[in-house]
Amino acid sequence: MPEYIWPAAADRRLIGTRLSRLDGPVKTTGKAKYAYDMNRLGMLWAVMVQSPHAHARITGIDTSAAEAVPGVVRVHIIQDVGAEIQWAHDEIVAVAATSEEAARDGAAAVQVDYEVLPHFVTERMVDDAPDAQPAQAETTGDPEAALASAAHRAEGSYHAAQIAHCSLESHGQVAEWEDPENVTVWASTQAISGVASQLGEAIGIPASNVHVETQYMGGGFGSKFSADRWGVVGVELARMTGRPVKLMLDRDQEVSVAGARPSTHSEVTAGADSDGNVVAWNSRSWGSGGPAGAGSPPIPYVFGFDNQSHAHTSVPTNTGPARAWRAPNHPQACFVTMRALEDLAHAAGMDPLDFFLKNIERTGDRAQTYVEEFEKGAELMGWRDRWRPRGSDTGTVRRGLGLALHTWGGRGHRSNCEVIAYRDGLVEARIGSQDLGTGTRTVIALVLAETFGLGIEQVKVTMGRSVLPTSGASGGSTTVGGVSGATRRAALNAAEAVFERIGPRLGTDPTNLRLRDGMLHFADGSESPMPWRQAAALIGVNPVTAAGANPGPGQLTDSGVGGIQMADVSVDMETGVVGINRIVAVQDCGLILDMKTAESQVYGALIMGVTYALTEERVFDPVTGRMLNADMEFYKLAGIADVGEMIVHMMTGPGYDERGVIGLGEPPVIAPGAAIANAATNAAGVPINEMPMTPERVLAAIEAGGMA
Amino acid sequence: MRAFEYTSPKTVADAVAMLSSEGAVALAGGTDLLSLMKDGAASPSRLVNLKGIRDLEGAHRTDDGFRIGATTRLASLEENPTIRESYPAVAQAVAGVGSRQVVNMRTVGGDLCQRPRCWYFRSGFGLVPMHEGRSMAKIGDNRYHAIFGNSGDAAFVNTSSLAPPLIALGAMVTVSGPDGERSMALEDLYRTPASSDESEFTLAAGEIVTAVTLPTASAQSATYDVRNRKGFDWPLVSASVAVSGGSARVVLGQVAPTPWISTAAGAALAGGLSEESAAAAGNAAAEGASPLSGNAYKVQLTRVAVKRAAMAAMEG
Repeated sequence: MPEYIWPAAADRRLIGTRLSRLDGPVKTTGKAKYAYDMNRLGMLWAVMVQSPHAHARITGIDTSAAEAVPGVVRVHIIQDVGAEIQWAHDEIVAVAATSEEAARDGAAAVQVDYEVLPHFVTERMVDDAPDAQPAQAETTGDPEAALASAAHRAEGSYHAAQIAHCSLESHGQVAEWEDPENVTVWASTQAISGVASQLGEAIGIPASNVHVETQYMGGGFGSKFSADRWGVVGVELARMTGRPVKLMLDRDQEVSVAGARPSTHSEVTAGADSDGNVVAWNSRSWGSGGPAGAGSPPIPYVFGFDNQSHAHTSVPTNTGPARAWRAPNHPQACFVTMRALEDLAHAAGMDPLDFFLKNIERTGDRAQTYVEEFEKGAELMGWRDRWRPRGSDTGTVRRGLGLALHTWGGRGHRSNCEVIAYRDGLVEARIGSQDLGTGTRTVIALVLAETFGLGIEQVKVTMGRSVLPTSGASGGSTTVGGVSGATRRAALNAAEAVFERIGPRLGTDPTNLRLRDGMLHFADGSESPMPWRQAAALIGVNPVTAAGANPGPGQLTDSGVGGIQMADVSVDMETGVVGINRIVAVQDCGLILDMKTAESQVYGALIMGVTYALTEERVFDPVTGRMLNADMEFYKLAGIADVGEMIVHMMTGPGYDERGVIGLGEPPVIAPGAAIANAATNAAGVPINEMPMTPERVLAAIEAGGMA
Repeated sequence: MRAFEYTSPKTVADAVAMLSSEGAVALAGGTDLLSLMKDGAASPSRLVNLKGIRDLEGAHRTDDGFRIGATTRLASLEENPTIRESYPAVAQAVAGVGSRQVVNMRTVGGDLCQRPRCWYFRSGFGLVPMHEGRSMAKIGDNRYHAIFGNSGDAAFVNTSSLAPPLIALGAMVTVSGPDGERSMALEDLYRTPASSDESEFTLAAGEIVTAVTLPTASAQSATYDVRNRKGFDWPLVSASVAVSGGSARVVLGQVAPTPWISTAAGAALAGGLSEESAAAAGNAAAEGASPLSGNAYKVQLTRVAVKRAAMAAMEG
């Protein structure tokens, strides 16, 4: 049995290098086909009729006019008379037609009558909530007494708005039945295997007869794990009509029903002793992410204090339901906690970097990692030379620095891989995972090529189809550990199987063979190395196949990362406009396979972080209950001019590499909002406590702080 | 989408004739109209494309000023040396649009005649949306709505990028219709509707904007936008200032159902541009504002935008 470990640093050829993503060229030239791009012969387009009301009961549906629209082939009622609608844009009827235009005309012709019911969509003030659900408070020690005797205290209310996933490729799929028992679904999904199972169950055929394919995906961020109602509807319409059906959400549906990150509103009081040790924490929070309210964010975040208390209230609203948003609950918890600790550092008269380091043991297992990361970050930001106490800058546009830290697990998920070595020298990995655009395809190829000692062009990755060996959903930063562990084990097993096949043909013991630098080596030096292609020819017509799985034997993956970020921002004191000058992100994630795609993950996360920090929020209308900015005009994503300079540093080497592979998708998106808000507070000289930090909110903070 | 006829006349007279039928709408760059149609907020029965009319395109000097044809694209305006040198407030307004794609397509006439971005209007509730007898914008979320000229039920804001600088510079607008051609001060193109049955423009049925004429420049001018994003984003408030001889005009965008002329701010600058007069103009511009429940911040932004526009005009 092979030894299931990663190569030692000196033996790595590809691991840790800067490999460009393999699908870059097909994406930049438009050759990559996303679900949205699939067009099949005879295909119908489906469009869904949505509820204009946030809370209503359906009292009548008349589809006769829609059925008479030229081109309309089938009208399908999704929610019938009597159904209670809990959010605007909810799906009522689907119309399939021979063209997108005809489907839209058909949908517009459907007559739905409603009994409009009272709605609640604005949870900013918890007291307004009709159905607020107080969660049990968790208390350790005696925070009240500790606060009473604390040398320094800080109080604040911190608010993070509800935001959407706003995937650039909206949710949806193209479905085509091959025969009455088998259907192919080109879906925009983070979970091909899971979607196949869900669809099979929903439509009453074996999951193995549902062939889900996702080669490329235009963003999911946690919102694309489910087959979804529109998935079932699309497959059903294809079955009813006997024709392929494309059903992709429109932009307004995408941002209103296909994913939300819950809001978090909070009040915090924290206390420190005269040395700057945090001795007490007392907080409450509330928030909403739709009819189910919102779970409790982990507050205080990362830090644990001897005397602490937190209580959370879940507030249901008539808004499109929450889905896992990249690092669920962490960005909100980080924002609340880091803002409060910045305020406490200020109250104690300390540089927040000193204050965080003073309390770093209270972060637990990753304390030493944070210390090393803060040291690196401070160097990259010039923190020690540049930080000044809150409000030191003067003039109209004021500059300031802020910092925050975060954590995440990221252990690899269950995954299976099959590696096939062919006699023409090609080595293929077959794996039922999906590449969300993060570089999954590239790191699978990298691991396979590294293990076989080949160049990246000598291996092939076949993925993105549910018929392949099952892999987990791509979420929670679990993919890279899952696929790299499974691929490494499968590749090591395949190499061993190749040696067993060709060893006898070469007249040597299989254990005498090694693969390195494109050559087959004889460990005992009995023969000169042989080019891999020549050696592979000895495999014969039947390729060598071997499997590998994650988890499995050997230490290839781990869980648990730190990460710190520092922001340098400017606040225009007259307009309230916050501008990003620079963000430094220092991140660990164990052994880094491809440095370039790893850094790209962090860049993307920082851009997303700037967006939710400065511009992004779902605005709900108190009058109609609808989302007012269900578009990309007033649902504002940051542009390239908004994001400032981004400096990314990945921690590598001893202490990091030997941990094995850990996921990276979530952690870097957690801290940007907190670091930016702390920097804005440092610059403006008044607490900036609301995200997004729009001019309106920053001006209000400046006025409230007496700085107007 | 409602099926519609499409026509592409070669002369203004033909265009006017084709626009005389009920439900006919003029199409120029399409950056606004097509999205209105896709959103179901407009459903014309006929589109009359104006881009085939040669007379309507191009900008050039005339004996007494500078004439800009209605289908001149913002991109060519931006590149025009006369605009850049003599009417900087206009060039800066174009730069503020923030989207190369929009600047390439949007025409001057289309910019002046674009419909409000009010989210109630775009959702199909009408120009002056009402809910149980009350103005929806006033009882709803009005963070981007009017702080001036909102004493009636209308609370949307005019979002033309070019109207504030052009009005500040004293532009005249020429319109053609069934009764021939007429000219008026550009500010007179706009009105505040009392209900959704009324238009926000003073154009008669079948009338189209054909040109804008600027007086020969001798003014110092500038435009300043306050925006949340640096890229493509509607300004929260914009201000244009033009000072010439002993008079000055200050016009605000994004604050009222029409481009909003601040007479008091203009008076504060009439004695000349200075740091003091700029600040005084800003304060004067904010006087008399009547913010709604969620947009008081726009009063402060008005103050700053006017001050900064005046400073920019001074610095040239």
